Amino acid sequence: MTTRIDRRMAKLKAEGRPALVTYFMGGDPDYDTSLSIMKALPGAGSDIIELGMPFSDPMADGPAIQAAGLRALKGGQTLVKTLKMASDFRAGDNETPIVLMGYYNPIYVYGVDRFLKDALASGIDGLIVVDLPPEMDEELCIPAMKAGINFIRLATPTTDDKRLPKVLQNTSGFVYYVSMTGITGAALADTGKVAAAVKRIKGHTDLPVCVGFGVKTAEQARVIGANADGVVVGTAIVNAVANVLGPKGEKTADPAEAVATLVSGLAQGVRSARLAAAE
Amino acid sequence: MNKPATPNSFRTGPDEQGMFGMFGGRFVAETLMPLILDLEKHWTFAKTDPAFKAEVEHLNKHYTGRPSPLYFAERLTQHLGGAKIYFKRDELNHTGSHKINNCLGQILLAKRMGKTRIIAETGAGQHGVASATVAARFGLPCVVYMGATDVQRQAPNVFRMKLLGAEVVPVTSGHGTLKDAMNEALRDWVTNVDDTYYMIGTAAGPHPYPEIVRELQSVIGREAREQMLEAEGRLPDLLVAAVGGGSNAIGLFHPFLDDTDVKIVGVEAGGKGLDGDEHCASLTAGSPGVLHGNRTYLLQTSDGQIMEGHSISAGLDYPGIGPEHSWLKESNRVEYVPIMDSEALEAFQLLTRLEGIIPALEPAHALAEVIKRAPKMGKDQIIVMNLCGRGDKDIFTVGKILGMEL
Repeated sequence: MTTRIDRRMAKLKAEGRPALVTYFMGGDPDYDTSLSIMKALPGAGSDIIELGMPFSDPMADGPAIQAAGLRALKGGQTLVKTLKMASDFRAGDNETPIVLMGYYNPIYVYGVDRFLKDALASGIDGLIVVDLPPEMDEELCIPAMKAGINFIRLATPTTDDKRLPKVLQNTSGFVYYVSMTGITGAALADTGKVAAAVKRIKGHTDLPVCVGFGVKTAEQARVIGANADGVVVGTAIVNAVANVLGPKGEKTADPAEAVATLVSGLAQGVRSARLAAAE
Repeated sequence: MNKPATPNSFRTGPDEQGMFGMFGGRFVAETLMPLILDLEKHWTFAKTDPAFKAEVEHLNKHYTGRPSPLYFAERLTQHLGGAKIYFKRDELNHTGSHKINNCLGQILLAKRMGKTRIIAETGAGQHGVASATVAARFGLPCVVYMGATDVQRQAPNVFRMKLLGAEVVPVTSGHGTLKDAMNEALRDWVTNVDDTYYMIGTAAGPHPYPEIVRELQSVIGREAREQMLEAEGRLPDLLVAAVGGGSNAIGLFHPFLDDTDVKIVGVEAGGKGLDGDEHCASLTAGSPGVLHGNRTYLLQTSDGQIMEGHSISAGLDYPGIGPEHSWLKESNRVEYVPIMDSEALEAFQLLTRLEGIIPALEPAHALAEVIKRAPKMGKDQIIVMNLCGRGDKDIFTVGKILGMEL
């Protein structure tokens, strides 16, 4: 069984370029604005969308994504609405893969079986759940696999060669390599080390390896994309939204347009990655 | 569905996955998983190593002042006119609470693991002070994360930590309380994976923390059991302790869990009442969820967002609870009840005047439950309550409520 993620990754591999994976926070600053951001992403050059599920206690996230989550919750976002957002998006786009990203508790409280059923119906292709390591696979990873939804695992610099097979075992869709030990939005790690880590992971799996945490500019996307199968950008996008919000949360410009401008630049970065690498 | 069978023992958990029934576990980011496995490896070795045990016992005796007395509260007993009331006086420990029992053991573990930097979270500041104390004693730098709101309302403890050489970082993310401080400590740990030891203050967090903290705090219950047998020649009829995260309570309860004639009650912060949102009774009014590395009872919305708790006592102001308590509740071994702010405040004043002991507001909750139950029990019955902290830190809060300028 292939998912939209598998098909998209295969297509990009044939094109010979890495994927641009874009994260945004569902419901930030409100449902309608957030949906307009989501709809603008594919046109601006995003290949895979990560739809953030806000959580009150995002312990692996830096200040930017923490603030975005709180804005979304204040704006009334819930898991029900995040699933609806995916479904509304799907009405106009049946190709771009959607990965839900967040923390386990809202899913656990919603009920795993009910969640997987509703996620499938909403056109969700994959899940990234930060606080579910392979030791907890019975919780969601294995039920998701059975339901035909990719469970995308994070591998980190602390995941050594001995542990890597355990991390990769039930992973599907792609592997998300966290470029550094730290929270989202911190400074980008040494790109040489990242490239070596991507190579190391590829020695253990045929799955595509995407790299995230710390990638903010087109130039960084280009450099990381030279070795990785995909580049994930999150904090920079969330910041592009925050930058057009006034002190009381009022919009000073169109957030969807601000995000699209940023993503177009990043898309050029990933599109020139392999050209640069070939030079 | 059949009623689950009563286990042969209530003292065998957690299992290899860190579960107490359905509670506990290791719900952490992959970056932290190798660190937690490493901690588990060192802990598994240390807990059966006679040298580790000897070191802990030596420090408990000569640094903390253990064993703490088991004190017969004669005047309170007379006043209530029922069961005999004993206090396990962990408020007499160095640093003024039971928190030191845990910190001494954990810093020895940190040294064994070759860690050179200590981080901790704190709410009221008692665990922060105990962490800063042991860090000073062992010459390691210490960073304490504390909610910005708590930094303001617990100024004396902030100053103590600074005097002890710790760096106190006010946490403004989220709502600036204990749960946000714990999030921030986890963010520090995920960033500083090589040199840093995270000293969790309560019997919660990812496995093996709930077990580590319980084992180190169980010195309370082991001593109490022995002292009770010496004083009365038998075990007590009732144990009472306050539960926030639940470390002092599990420390008293655990050695008695298989003594089925001993009734056990945990007392939660009922705040201003369970009808509204201003309480911290996660077991009585919460539901199971996943936060800070474990599955346990939490105060949360129907969407799985964690709520802010409220209690007059900053030490009970946590929207979760140690996973073993969740399991003890579900297996009906321990009863959990709420006590309101106002009841705790009355108990605080009563003990001060009757026994000349100023209790912390946390054990004042346990005391309020004792005050309710003792008169209904026979004079030949015995209650042991954990007096886990002294009230010096709380006199400003109490003064303010009573309308006195300090």
